[in-house]
Amino acid sequence: MTNIYSSASEMADSLAKKEYSSVELTQQHLDRIADVDGKVSAFLHVDAEGALTQAAAVDAKRVRGEKLSPLAGVPLALKDILAQKGIPTTAGSKILEGWRPPYDSTVVTKLKEAGVVILGKTNMDEFAMGSSTENSAYGTTQNPWDLSRTPGGSSGGSAAAVAAFEAPLAIGTDTGGSIRQPAALTGIVGVKPTYGGVSRYGVVAYSSSLDQVGPFGRTVLDAALLHEVIAGHDERDSTSINAPIPQVVAAAKRLDVKGMKIGVIKELSGPGFQAGVSQRISESLELLVAAGAEIVEVSCPSFEFALAAYYLIAPSEASSNLARFDSMRYGLRVGDDGSKGAEEVMSITREAGFGKEVKRRIILGTYALSSGYYDAYYGSAQKVRTLVKQDFEKAFGQADVLVSPVTPTTAFKIGEKSEDPVAMYLSDIATIPVNMAGIGGMSLPVGLADEDGLPVGLQIMAPVMQDDRFYRVGGTLEAALLSKWGKPLLANIPELGGVA
Amino acid sequence: MTLDYLDYKAATEKYEPTLGLEVHVELNTKSKMFCSCATEFGAEPNTQTCPVCLGLPGALPVVNAKAIESSILIGLALNCSIAPYSRFARKNYFYPDMPKNFQTSQYDEPICVDGYLDVEVETDDGAKVFRVDIERVHMEEDTGKSLHVGGSTGRIHGAEYSLLDYNRAGIPLVEIVTRIVPGTGKYAPQVARAYVTELRDILRSLGVSDVKMEQGSLRCDANLSLAPIGSGELGTRSETKNVNSLRSVERAVSGEIERQANRLQAGERIVQETRHFLEESGQTRPGRSKEEAEDYRYFPEPDLVPITPDANWIEELRKRIPEKPSIRRKRLQTEWDCPDKEMTSLVNAELLDVVEETIELGAEPTRARTWWLGEISRLANEKEVLPTSLITTEFVAEIIALIVAGELTDKLARQVVEGVVNGEGSPKEVIEKRGLKVVSDDTALMLAIESAISAQPDTAERVRGGNIPAAGALIGAVMKATGGQADAAKVRELLLRHLGQGE
Ligand SMILES: [Zn+2]
Repeated sequence: MTNIYSSASEMADSLAKKEYSSVELTQQHLDRIADVDGKVSAFLHVDAEGALTQAAAVDAKRVRGEKLSPLAGVPLALKDILAQKGIPTTAGSKILEGWRPPYDSTVVTKLKEAGVVILGKTNMDEFAMGSSTENSAYGTTQNPWDLSRTPGGSSGGSAAAVAAFEAPLAIGTDTGGSIRQPAALTGIVGVKPTYGGVSRYGVVAYSSSLDQVGPFGRTVLDAALLHEVIAGHDERDSTSINAPIPQVVAAAKRLDVKGMKIGVIKELSGPGFQAGVSQRISESLELLVAAGAEIVEVSCPSFEFALAAYYLIAPSEASSNLARFDSMRYGLRVGDDGSKGAEEVMSITREAGFGKEVKRRIILGTYALSSGYYDAYYGSAQKVRTLVKQDFEKAFGQADVLVSPVTPTTAFKIGEKSEDPVAMYLSDIATIPVNMAGIGGMSLPVGLADEDGLPVGLQIMAPVMQDDRFYRVGGTLEAALLSKWGKPLLANIPELGGVA
Repeated sequence: MTLDYLDYKAATEKYEPTLGLEVHVELNTKSKMFCSCATEFGAEPNTQTCPVCLGLPGALPVVNAKAIESSILIGLALNCSIAPYSRFARKNYFYPDMPKNFQTSQYDEPICVDGYLDVEVETDDGAKVFRVDIERVHMEEDTGKSLHVGGSTGRIHGAEYSLLDYNRAGIPLVEIVTRIVPGTGKYAPQVARAYVTELRDILRSLGVSDVKMEQGSLRCDANLSLAPIGSGELGTRSETKNVNSLRSVERAVSGEIERQANRLQAGERIVQETRHFLEESGQTRPGRSKEEAEDYRYFPEPDLVPITPDANWIEELRKRIPEKPSIRRKRLQTEWDCPDKEMTSLVNAELLDVVEETIELGAEPTRARTWWLGEISRLANEKEVLPTSLITTEFVAEIIALIVAGELTDKLARQVVEGVVNGEGSPKEVIEKRGLKVVSDDTALMLAIESAISAQPDTAERVRGGNIPAAGALIGAVMKATGGQADAAKVRELLLRHLGQGE
């Protein structure tokens, strides 16, 4: 009998009670990956040997009676944007093919210290630029709900792995929605913590002022358990916040929202959002009201400029962050036949090594930072950012948390938007303001849309370092939905197993 | 009509130079600007590197607090305001010796602004003070080093291959930028030199940099433009890089004044460009043209937080600013009654501090200077180490006290110093172990004197006859017989008295 369908917290309990070992649990997941990943393509690299070694080490400690952290022995899938010592780390790009980092990112260090078993690295849009994993240099990941659809992105591999029971937990990064959007599209929980809540050290940078690492899980509690493992101040990341980690596990277990004010953002509802999405969101709000919360409407008028500003700030920072990929020190080198100078080899390598969307954003960002255009583009975008922050501040004066749909639609077909970048960019319209303001947000699965039977995500947002608030609301709503449905949402997912 | 070549004098009679100076200083912090790698000069290539200074994917910078402290000290010593809020920016350009292909540098929000430095220059009308206004002091990181192998020029173009050493990548640099310095007239080269000299001395007194121009820990770029005298205009400027000694600063500026004057004289225009100073000829050769200004696409470094130094801390640092070196030099020179030339030697040998300390410990100023500049420096030279590493100021003061007390002769004292330097212990222990006591026992000396007289009866006779200088031969014999341990003055006194010539 396999244990892969349990939640991470259930696995942790069973491991603690020695009902099975971490090696067994890890092997079950490796078997599952072998079984279904041919269809899902969530993983870029599976480190079976490393995972089993880690699992055996945890088991040995448990036998010796050593004190273990709550998630010790539970397997996890890692987005291929986090440096893991000795393990291929590509960020979904050809330009990093073959690079094995000589160091661990802080998040990986924390995972290892907590005894979390790292199964392997998951697929993503190249350098986290995209919302579907179609921009990966290594092929597209399929949505386990419908293999003809994308799992969202950029952390699509991590989300798909959790939804397909290849891993109970996963790590993603979220720059404009890259955790929350794929979580919504695959029916799992995904959290973008407060900016600075989790160290970015060792995370291949896309947009430094927006990037944030966060957890995926199949339940709110699972996400919270992982959140507490990876969060906390890091001296190696100057933008990391030096404050106590929000008590998110306790919040996830609280199951009570009495007296909480929940603000519905006017600008992120109504037309433009798929009917089935809006319907599930409304029902969720009713459940929250039934649980004792109060609904208020708030307005965030600057959000309409957030998407445009994001597509100036993120590419600007990216154009600089990605400059280091020049073939001189690591990664791909093309055209070095002895006849060409360094600059020419750099240029040929970058032409060959970067994908179309990455080039588009490098060019966009280079242009936006150019002298004579800086004020109009980068400068204006920063002003919008300030306005977005002010909108949030005002809204949080009226409500404890804010809510909106995570995405305008459910999972779209592979290829449907890949030739239309603006349509693709619009899938992040509701998630981007959170990154712009540096606050945290959660995507919670709240049902399946009537028209297509695909998952819908509710976004719950809280002020800086008040991440516990969305765990509290998320946990309460999750419990209400579970009692309404009688089974978890993922019980409805088509079975993939059997035919590899 | 052919135009005569304008020499320096003619050039400065016709044109007014405007000077501007940018000085880069490598701070002597133990670790780099944004990581904990060591900063030792001359280590094996690429041994002082880590994911951060190699710009590996995912690595992040953390500002070195010591570098901020040093920068603030520099700003305070240069009479600057310290910015309550300053930031780093990214200066984007591609070059293989720059691991991230951007340099993390302060740009429009530097840590120190609006200062000045007064420098004194000898003019036809005596010493004159020129005020050099400081526009900004900002922090940045150094790049790695490229070694271009093959090809004739040592430059990247035409090289067969290039080697990269990232040990220097990320070493903290402080750039000190002056405003334009008007009104220097023909003294522009001297003002430039005096400024860099004074700045170097201040940086040294602050202890924030090794300030070794030959090792590149202090580098100067000189900007210069000319305009016809009285025109009130500002000409097009050139920027001369690679100026690696104080003398070169002066030569580079005068050379550039002459070059530009002759171009203008010939009706040609000055090209805005970077020029390289050639040490051998004193000329400059053109480098990169700045006509097509490179666009560095500066933007605030998102991986770092703003620098917001606490006002109380700045006041604490202000208390640590030492007396301005030029003022201190003048004060000490007067106090010690020291000739100019010797003062210069002390300054150049960086011995002011130890001499001052030795004197504070009770040593007589002339002897303190002589011992440090003479015997101790000589031994240091031999051993290729710094004089200050050989012996403590306490021991030097102790030895000098013994000389003054007549317990050591200069010759014996040299042996004591040698013993101390060789690790034989304190001066007292060396004297003990080596048996280096001045022979002042009259009986012992008289025996030696008598045997000298009996060996040279003729000489003795001449002395008796009033030929005092002839006594030298006898004194020498006595000194030889006592192995140099006798006090020569004492020998002379006893000898002359014995031969009936004493007072
Ligand atoms: Zn380093």
